[in-house]
Amino acid sequence: MLPPVFGVLFDGIAYGMLLFLLSVGMSVTLGLMNFVNLAHCAFAMFGAYVTVVLMKDFHWNFFATLPMAFAASALVSVVIERILYRRLYRATDLDQVLLTIGLAFMSVAIAAWFFGTTQQPIAVPSYMRGSIGFLGLNLGIYRLFLVAVGIAVTVLLVLTLEHTRFGAQVRAAVDNQRMARGIGIDVDRTFAITFALGSGLAGLGGALAIEIVGLDPQFALVYLVYVLIIVSVGGLGSIAGSFAAACLIGVSDIAGKYYVPQLGSFLIYLVMVAVLMWRPAGLFGRR
Amino acid sequence: MTTLDASRALTPQAYMQGLSRWQPIEIIFWLATLLPFWLFPTYLSLASQIAITALFALSLDLILGYAGIVSLGHAAFFGFGAYSAGIFSKFAWSEPISGLIAAALLTGLLGYASSFIISRFRHLTLIMITLGLGLLLKEAANSAHWLTGGSDGLQGVSIAPVFGLFKFDLYGRTAYGYSLGVLFIVFLFARRLINSPFGLALRGIRENFVRMPAIGADSRAHIRKVYTISAIVAGIAGALLAQTTQTVALEVLSFERSADVVVMLVLGGAGRLYGGLIGAAVYMIARDQFSGIAPQYWYFWIGALLVMVVTLLPNGILGGLSKLLKRWSRR
Amino acid sequence: MSAVALSARGLQKSFGSLAVARDINIDLPVGARYALIGPNGAGKTTLINLMTGLLTPNAGQITLGGEDVTALRPQARVKRGLARTFQINTLFAGLNPLEAVTLAVCERRGIADRFWQNIAGNKDAIEEAYGILARLKLGDACYQTTRELPYGRQRLLEIALALATKPKVLLLDEPAAGVPVEESGEIFEVVASLSDELTLLFIEHDMHVVFRFATHIIVLVGGAIFTQGSPAEIAADPGVREVYLGTRKHG
Repeated sequence: MLPPVFGVLFDGIAYGMLLFLLSVGMSVTLGLMNFVNLAHCAFAMFGAYVTVVLMKDFHWNFFATLPMAFAASALVSVVIERILYRRLYRATDLDQVLLTIGLAFMSVAIAAWFFGTTQQPIAVPSYMRGSIGFLGLNLGIYRLFLVAVGIAVTVLLVLTLEHTRFGAQVRAAVDNQRMARGIGIDVDRTFAITFALGSGLAGLGGALAIEIVGLDPQFALVYLVYVLIIVSVGGLGSIAGSFAAACLIGVSDIAGKYYVPQLGSFLIYLVMVAVLMWRPAGLFGRR
Repeated sequence: MTTLDASRALTPQAYMQGLSRWQPIEIIFWLATLLPFWLFPTYLSLASQIAITALFALSLDLILGYAGIVSLGHAAFFGFGAYSAGIFSKFAWSEPISGLIAAALLTGLLGYASSFIISRFRHLTLIMITLGLGLLLKEAANSAHWLTGGSDGLQGVSIAPVFGLFKFDLYGRTAYGYSLGVLFIVFLFARRLINSPFGLALRGIRENFVRMPAIGADSRAHIRKVYTISAIVAGIAGALLAQTTQTVALEVLSFERSADVVVMLVLGGAGRLYGGLIGAAVYMIARDQFSGIAPQYWYFWIGALLVMVVTLLPNGILGGLSKLLKRWSRR
Repeated sequence: MSAVALSARGLQKSFGSLAVARDINIDLPVGARYALIGPNGAGKTTLINLMTGLLTPNAGQITLGGEDVTALRPQARVKRGLARTFQINTLFAGLNPLEAVTLAVCERRGIADRFWQNIAGNKDAIEEAYGILARLKLGDACYQTTRELPYGRQRLLEIALALATKPKVLLLDEPAAGVPVEESGEIFEVVASLSDELTLLFIEHDMHVVFRFATHIIVLVGGAIFTQGSPAEIAADPGVREVYLGTRKHG
């Protein structure tokens, strides 16, 4: 029999997997281009609404909507990257912050316009509900599914990055952009693809998050804070860093709300400030 | 910005003197701030809010516009000042000016303490740290219900008449006069700071952080100092809000307030001293005019405005105006 | 032997497996005019970064006027009289030369943190700044925003900023980099006219300039001192010819 603390740990890690999916794209784009994309969670929210629409209006199966959430977010993000972001790669932090937070604000309003400000409930298949007993713990099936997806995505990303030509180009560009350009890597193209991939993963994360945290137009701002925390705690451009930071923040958040509910989200901000004081470049950061 | 032809004949010292001379337009601006007393007597509460917000924007301008420190958590100091003034009036006494000074000093202490953290970071990490500290303080205020009233807000703030003469009235007459007076005094101080050797050093930090150590400057010490000063000014603005509205809501510490003030400053033009004041006025009046529309749609237009300012008007309203003026005077 | 102004002892620096400074020993006598030469990637700028504190050496010691400054931060070294210029313009683009140099003067005088004083009240500082600019023939350009100045004048402003710190030792990283040959002479005339008490070390690729202005030449190759000596010795050294003079000249 395991003590209940393991249950909290499990929930925290499942939540951390969601946060990982939401944040890994931003971490890599930041590492690649030093571009601060505060509209990142707007893409995640877009993916989530795609799932909602497909399920409600077109009666798709939940799982069938997930690839669509990924693809739709990736597509929209790459269009915006081409039109707006591209001009700001050499701009100041402030300009990037302003433009992208502007887009995030707009996305909140647009979502409210189309879907209202209420929560969008979805019905995941009944076999995903409920929980299974394991050594005296009640593990939610959907949460187990999340952990599985999180680990699968991580493995897939690491394999892609370590063992493909494209992955090598991304690593080279993150490592030293000038040198990468020098040896003939098309950094802009590499970036566009990475950006789309990262936003797609965010869209997937958004769709998967509905069941756990719900969906309303504030999603783009509320989870932005989480994503920023994870990216800075994990270190820019590091998949392992994002993974570790997402688990740390997920567990801290759930444990904090479980054991000291009166403190609210105090704990995760404290964790963030403490980690950054200790390692300004984040857990896995090099700069 | 004097034109080149005019300045060529000047001695260097006279040129420097000229940079800090009062322009007629500035005097007109400050005289115009008195107009609401006669022209819009029913809008004095709004005018008072504008003066307070302008002071807040001015505090951000000192760090963002002059030293190039982007903060997404500046409401921490505004809110801390507001709670300090509110709690001071509840537990000490209700005389406003001493309360204002107490709030300023307390916020200064907080600013000084956090400046040691802030000055270690740059770029994204700095933005994150300011955001994190801001959210941290909000959560702390929310959980300290016994002291702050938590999400119910701080109740029972009562403020004695200013100088023992001017009671805070329903129409906001005293509120506006008081806020405007404080704004003007702090503005004079900020204006002197900008035209001081220290102000020049701040612009140096903004223009080239790498060069500063090579001319023997300790940028971190400068940043700690300006951050503390900026915190004090933000704290005064917050304290004014608490005193004039005689209540403090948790919203004073919110992320939205931090983001709004960045928007106002950028809209008006950062690094121009008057940019924050103009931006605050435009923003507050627009929000008042469009108060009929739901807040979520209000943010659509703010977002669209930001995208436009960044892509089309990089130096804000004042930057755009001065460009127009230059083009016009060249004809 | 005259007093040593700046010396490096056993400086080592490597990035990962790449050694960019290997056991470097240099002594700059007071009033020296030394040139630091070597092929691209030899570690010349790295050496300046190590001496001024922009980089921390893995091993070794730097002394300035006999005082160990190895642990001091860059600004503290500047305060003790070690200034530098940058190969790539590192200026205050939005300030004009008068403001920029006045700032440097104020920093040196320790009055740059006075936020209660009008800058125009510091007549001495402003006049000193103007004096430096006038000496470098920048007097008529001193109200023009730096980013609008012609490139050659920006190179001079690099030197003016360094001079405003009243250095005892000045390290010039390719002062004429990017300036057309016909104008680079003008910049070196300025360098040559500096006070004899000022100790100078400059990096330069143009051998005519090096032989004309340097009293002593240090040749750096692959992060180590290859050889050093008087211009005549260096010109006669067949090894130098091979590693440096023999290769095509770099810009």
